[in-house]
Amino acid sequence: MNNETVFELRDVAYAYEGKQTALEHVSLSIQAGERVAVLGSNGSGKSTLLKLLDGLYFATHGVIRAYGQQLTEAAFDDDAFNFAFRRRVGLVFQDTDVQLFSPSVWEEMAFAPMQLALGRQEVEARVDDALRALRIEKLRDRAPHRLSGGEKRRVALASVLTLQPEVWLLDEPTTGLDPRSQSWLIDFIAEQGQAGKTVITATHDLSIVDAIAERVFVFDESHHLAAQGAAGDILADNGLLLACNLSHAHRHRHAETGEEHTHPHSHPPAHTHQHAAGSQGSTADVQSH
Amino acid sequence: MTSRAEPALPQPASVRRRNGMVERTLAGISQAMEHALFAEETARRAGLLQALDPRVKVLAMLALLIAVALSRSLAVIAGLYAVTLALAWASAIPLGFFIKRVWLFLPFFTGVIALPALFITPGPPLAQLPLGLAITRAGATTALFLLLRVSTSVSLAALLIFTTPWNDVLKALGVLRVPDAVILIFGMTYRYIYLLLRTANDMFLSRKSRVVGRLSGAEERRMIGASAGVLLGKSLHLSSEVYLAMQSRGYRSHSHTPSVATFVMRRRDWAALFIAALIAAAAIVLGR
Repeated sequence: MNNETVFELRDVAYAYEGKQTALEHVSLSIQAGERVAVLGSNGSGKSTLLKLLDGLYFATHGVIRAYGQQLTEAAFDDDAFNFAFRRRVGLVFQDTDVQLFSPSVWEEMAFAPMQLALGRQEVEARVDDALRALRIEKLRDRAPHRLSGGEKRRVALASVLTLQPEVWLLDEPTTGLDPRSQSWLIDFIAEQGQAGKTVITATHDLSIVDAIAERVFVFDESHHLAAQGAAGDILADNGLLLACNLSHAHRHRHAETGEEHTHPHSHPPAHTHQHAAGSQGSTADVQSH
Repeated sequence: MTSRAEPALPQPASVRRRNGMVERTLAGISQAMEHALFAEETARRAGLLQALDPRVKVLAMLALLIAVALSRSLAVIAGLYAVTLALAWASAIPLGFFIKRVWLFLPFFTGVIALPALFITPGPPLAQLPLGLAITRAGATTALFLLLRVSTSVSLAALLIFTTPWNDVLKALGVLRVPDAVILIFGMTYRYIYLLLRTANDMFLSRKSRVVGRLSGAEERRMIGASAGVLLGKSLHLSSEVYLAMQSRGYRSHSHTPSVATFVMRRRDWAALFIAALIAAAAIVLGR
């Protein structure tokens, strides 16, 4: 990690069509080479944040800077700025059917380098490298819509890998993956981190957070940044996770042991039975779940 | 918790009821997907046309289509139809399926147009019908021309689709100077039709699984209308998300999308192109 600030947000808000709030009063900064997780329950604004960071949406309030430059629609109208930004920042969408729009895997992977106006040989070299790196050579000529969930996720990552971005934005990358593919994805993120890339992952999957991030931003259900800190500290703060709807009172993971289990618990008496005359008085039912 | 045993399921009656609109819609969606799958499967088979450069097939199809359109001889057009059948056979396409696929749709689209021509074209009568109607010789010839022209043209297009992966058909359109942006749009349209077909299928199946009893025609129509609305909303959302995904990887409305075609013309491709041009030229000359 170096000291260059990749993203800096100051009091950022975003509302869909100016009405439906997705983010409010968000201030944060991310340094180059950091591995960061954006935690939040469904609808807390994680995906919106990634789209703001990728210059696809623009803040309705506040300022977002990338590498010191403010991200505005006007800035992206400039081809040179757009080119330089897109070359450095890559977003992998949550829905792979959105990400994979080309008729074949090869074309999907070649799409980004072609937009960068690279020569034919350079495009082919980048695609071949990415195919090898993600071990998907055999998928080269397949149609993306005919792939399995795990294969689609690999191709989605490969389609951004050919950009060779400095910053990865990953939106819920483990969605729909089997345990083996999940493990592979965690390794992939670790490799990118070791290569000095900045990796920002939006997720609500607490089980992968400490493996994919050193620092965590937590968003609550009112679309505010509720907390930020080291991954270990955030995962140990069960009160915070409960408040942000990321953990369950009776079924959660213990930070100290890493074990996930269900706490047995009792409800207060719901009603009493009045026994017939001659009995020993009243007794209360205790229900266990 | 106590549980009460549910009564056993009744023996299904062997009464066959007419399929409702939902069933028919589901069957239609499945059939569309099966046809697309079948075309992909035949395109991968080893056969005469599968071995040719897609650009040659596009150009040959175009030349033969022009010949079919210009020819004024029934025998010549019938000869060209026979050529399409021979090519289908040599390309490992089941002939029964190929013929059925083409002729099944003809009565709907061409038959409707050809039918009035039988009666209203002036000329000596061929057969007298009740109500003072008569099929004229000229009318029958006109209808036959139309049916044969359309069936031969559709067969030529079907040959291309059944022997060429869709991606290659799209890339080959480049030889007809179709702009890359248009080819990109065709490719995306084809790709997302699958997704929307699957979504529609899932929506109808989920409805079907929750419907107890029978729905009236009006209820079914309302349900289909509502589903179409939901599907339209989903496709609009999908299209805006896909555009963002393209933008994210550097796409600009004015940027170039260079062709990724890597076709190489071999000797047999040149030979095939020459033969197709020869047949087309002969058909035009003989059919004058």
